[in-house]
Amino acid sequence: MSTLAGKRPRQAAVDARRHIGQVVLFLVVLAVLWGLWEGYRALWIHEHWTWPFTVDDTTMPHLHDIVAALWGRASPGGVGPRLGTVLFKSALFTAKEAAVGFALGAIGGFALGAVLAHFKVLQRGVLPWVVASQTVPILVVAPMVVVWANPKLPNGLKDWGAVALISAYLTFFPVTVNTLRGLNAADRRGLELMRSYAAGRWRVLWKLRLPTALPYIFAALKISATASVVGAIIGELPSSISSGLGAQIINFSQYYTTEPRGLWATNLVAAALGISFFLVIVVAEKLIVRRAPEYLV
Amino acid sequence: MSVVALERVTKKFDQTTALQDIDLSIEEREFVSLIGPSGCGKSTLLRIVGDLITPTDGTVVVNGKTAKQARIDRDYGIVFQDAVLYDWRTVAKNVALPLEIAGWPRQKRAERVRAMLELVELTGFGEHRPWQLSGGMQQRVSIARALSFDPALLLMDEPFGALDEMTRERMNMELLRIWEASGSTIVFVTHSIAEAVFVSSRVIVMSPRPGRISDEIVIDLPQPRTAATREDPRFFELVTRVREALHLGHEVDRAAATEATPA
Repeated sequence: MSTLAGKRPRQAAVDARRHIGQVVLFLVVLAVLWGLWEGYRALWIHEHWTWPFTVDDTTMPHLHDIVAALWGRASPGGVGPRLGTVLFKSALFTAKEAAVGFALGAIGGFALGAVLAHFKVLQRGVLPWVVASQTVPILVVAPMVVVWANPKLPNGLKDWGAVALISAYLTFFPVTVNTLRGLNAADRRGLELMRSYAAGRWRVLWKLRLPTALPYIFAALKISATASVVGAIIGELPSSISSGLGAQIINFSQYYTTEPRGLWATNLVAAALGISFFLVIVVAEKLIVRRAPEYLV
Repeated sequence: MSVVALERVTKKFDQTTALQDIDLSIEEREFVSLIGPSGCGKSTLLRIVGDLITPTDGTVVVNGKTAKQARIDRDYGIVFQDAVLYDWRTVAKNVALPLEIAGWPRQKRAERVRAMLELVELTGFGEHRPWQLSGGMQQRVSIARALSFDPALLLMDEPFGALDEMTRERMNMELLRIWEASGSTIVFVTHSIAEAVFVSSRVIVMSPRPGRISDEIVIDLPQPRTAATREDPRFFELVTRVREALHLGHEVDRAAATEATPA
């Protein structure tokens, strides 16, 4: 036992060093991306190259200008609140839609995957339709969902509730497919072992199939987390919601030729939102999934 | 009463006959090895005893019941070639798995796990993860798990096949010590002649196509077996005896194959 206790401080030091390493790596990658953007920009402007497009302050603003725009005023006239504040509020609104949509999609997707894994006949009958559901463009589905769902939604959920449903629609598919795959991934010997203990269906599901499926499910959740943000932004467009990032994108794309930095800044905020959703899942995975290193990516 | 009694057990997979008319009776506290070349059906036979596979024909009685009832009553523990530990569980939790399924209370489970880890000499490794242990240690965890609910019968399917020779010999000694201490009956599948002779009280020699019992050799080496046993002239005699029985089985197989070939 003493050897185990003695190992912990060293382990903590190793962990700390690895975390510092990750932060440094992140900064290096950020600097490289910055350098590529500015380098490309400078080269194309200097050489007057026009392929694939002419580079100037409108098509590719300086990155520091884009970031600086977040501190400037939102309206072109130089009045009103800061752009950063406006976009942050919009992002929070979109985050609410995406989070609810993600939760609905993840739970629904898991439930569907679990049911399909249990009933092979259903699997053959239903899975093609699940796949087909994802080939329908979300831009076609979104207005329909708003028209169908909105009248039924209570006042507190009006509009944004419909957007959450659209977001859920983009979320559930990877979760269903990977749940199905994961629940069937238990190895033959592991199953024989359970059979030798005369373990029932639910026991096998809870003690073997589900733990085996968790890395698969989390791989899907990482995809879905970012997809749910995209789903929420797209869902906002036909539902005439003005409080989210979708409305900001429409707004700033109209002003693009005169003030390109607004749209770029919105892009930046939308990407940051997607990344934070992704990171939440990464942290949750670290806390929940306890597998041998080769199962963790 | 026999712990295992097989009568005219036959198993067919599609066109091939994996096992043909197996008659075998194993008494309490026996250590019986099944040996034979790959494809002789020795693993299939072990799985039939454990009701993991159902035979096409014949009767299987385990502990005086049908194989299925014996499985439901958890009359046997099984050890595979790979340890088959669940990597999301700690070593202690792996040993506790069958106890959880059998519905043992937490306190009793913990006591039992401690005793089992002591039996396989892994005290202090309970909180480790399976992948932090060596192959031999993992296999010892798997033996502790199989014995944790004190089954009358231990089924082992080439348990040390994946280990190096040195570890394997040490594990053989360990297993004999555990066999002594636990008082269980063991059915042991192997393809190592020396291993079969060293650990067993009886060796069943099998031959392939179709899988059948071709010979049976009582190992009359004195108990308990020690490192000196491996240098006993009688040990070499018995090893030779098993080897010849295996080759004879092979000769018959080849003769049958020649006969079957159209001229």
